[in-house]
Amino acid sequence: MGGSIVAIGMGIAVIGAGLGIGNIGAKAMEAIARQPEAVGDIRANMILMAAFIEGAALIAIILSFLVA
Amino acid sequence: MRRFFLCLIYAFAFSIGVSAQDHSHNHDNHSHGHSHQGSSHNHSHDHSNHNHSHDHSGHNHNHDHSGHNHSHDHKHGAHGHDHHGHHAGCGIKHKEFNAGDLAIHHIADANVYSIGPLQLPLPCILYNKELGWKTFMSSKFGIGHHGDGHHAIDGYVLDGGSVKRVKAGQGFPMGELTVNGFNHTEDKEGKFLSQVCYDNKLYDLEPKSTADGGIFGGGITSFYDFSLTKNVVSMILVCFLLGWLFFYCAKQYRNRDGKAPTGVQNLMEVFVTFIRDEVAKPFLGHKWAKFFPFLLCIFFFIVGLNLFGQIPFFGGANATGNLAVTMVLALFAFIITNINGNAHYWKHQLFAPGTPWFVKPILIPVEILGLFIKPLTLMLRLFANITAGHMVIIIFVSFIFIFGKVGTNPAGAYGAAIGSTLLTMFMMAIELIVAFVQAFVFTILTASYIGAAVEEEHH
Repeated sequence: MGGSIVAIGMGIAVIGAGLGIGNIGAKAMEAIARQPEAVGDIRANMILMAAFIEGAALIAIILSFLVA
Repeated sequence: MRRFFLCLIYAFAFSIGVSAQDHSHNHDNHSHGHSHQGSSHNHSHDHSNHNHSHDHSGHNHNHDHSGHNHSHDHKHGAHGHDHHGHHAGCGIKHKEFNAGDLAIHHIADANVYSIGPLQLPLPCILYNKELGWKTFMSSKFGIGHHGDGHHAIDGYVLDGGSVKRVKAGQGFPMGELTVNGFNHTEDKEGKFLSQVCYDNKLYDLEPKSTADGGIFGGGITSFYDFSLTKNVVSMILVCFLLGWLFFYCAKQYRNRDGKAPTGVQNLMEVFVTFIRDEVAKPFLGHKWAKFFPFLLCIFFFIVGLNLFGQIPFFGGANATGNLAVTMVLALFAFIITNINGNAHYWKHQLFAPGTPWFVKPILIPVEILGLFIKPLTLMLRLFANITAGHMVIIIFVSFIFIFGKVGTNPAGAYGAAIGSTLLTMFMMAIELIVAFVQAFVFTILTASYIGAAVEEEHH
């Protein structure tokens, strides 16, 4: 069972990213509900922010690959 | 238009240079052996080629060697074929079916292009200091089961679809000769090691030749592999496809000046105006026209490759899930961002103006690191998303073999086949969305980085 601690590390990284992206999604939905006419801007920014958070998670995952 | 094509050609030429071969074969996944011996596979390779009765008359199949172990029980019910002759010898054991290994094998680049049962050979271009340049088609290896070659050519062998080389100093004979199979094990340091069996003796192989220094297996080896691999061929095909599409559209715009677009021109216009209005103009301001060709080029190249890799039974080329390819794309974003960076941008990167003096020692290194982390995440995001998609689909298909216990449990196999087909279809639908979303994300992030670099100072 080599690399099981690495798997835990990956899991923790993904929890963080999941919380972050979930928050962005929730707020974006809320914003769209408040201002349906701004849906285009909100969507683009939502994806951009989600991508930034994803980047942090990806770095964690790649580092855990390298450590393994 | 012309600039768009220049970008495309540069990106492509660069990709060939760097992605001579890719990552893959993460050694951890190989701790249980190798799936090549697992005898199960979701692609319907033409197994009749792997029988003893095929027409490689010069073959020594090595049946009666003492090291050959037939005592373990293999269930080949799923295929009803027998390929002991190639994998046996040297006491190589047939390993259990391992879905992880299978997935890694399928996302890897290869010197063979398999379309359904067909194993199309690709040109191998290999360079070694002593041997010089060697160019031949990979069919010269006699491609067999799972891309294992039956022949060794001057110390080069084909293991799992990719060219490897026997480590020097083991007395492996040069010239063309028949080998008896491959063994996958670990060396003393626990690293993944491939071995080839010849004349009932195992010879260690070097890893694949890759440009990434062996982060994901492979590494810098005694030979350089400049072959047109599966990924390179799919990139060429996608480039031609995009070229045809855009030249056609350009012609349509010339011929039908002032009229409404029709057909495929309509479709492309939707994407082009989307990138212009949602990506280029908001992030780049009035300088959008300068970078628009680059953004379009990135978007269509990534979308094209993503979708091309999704076509079932068509090789499943994982080009955008290849670190070398995404690295080149990210490198372009990095270079274009920093070449176009104005004084304002560099002042903010290097001196962090407007911050208190005690924050500066922390902030300035972080800003400079950020310069490199931005393209790094661009590279990893695309790689991870596309690779994960390919792997999930293969794992879903592997459920059939896991529940069917590799052919011994037909009821389990049929039951799992229904579930796995539905899951795979669902996943492919998701992957269709991911193909566009990831291309869009790559483009929008590149645009935002360039936008930050060319932004004028506000006072």
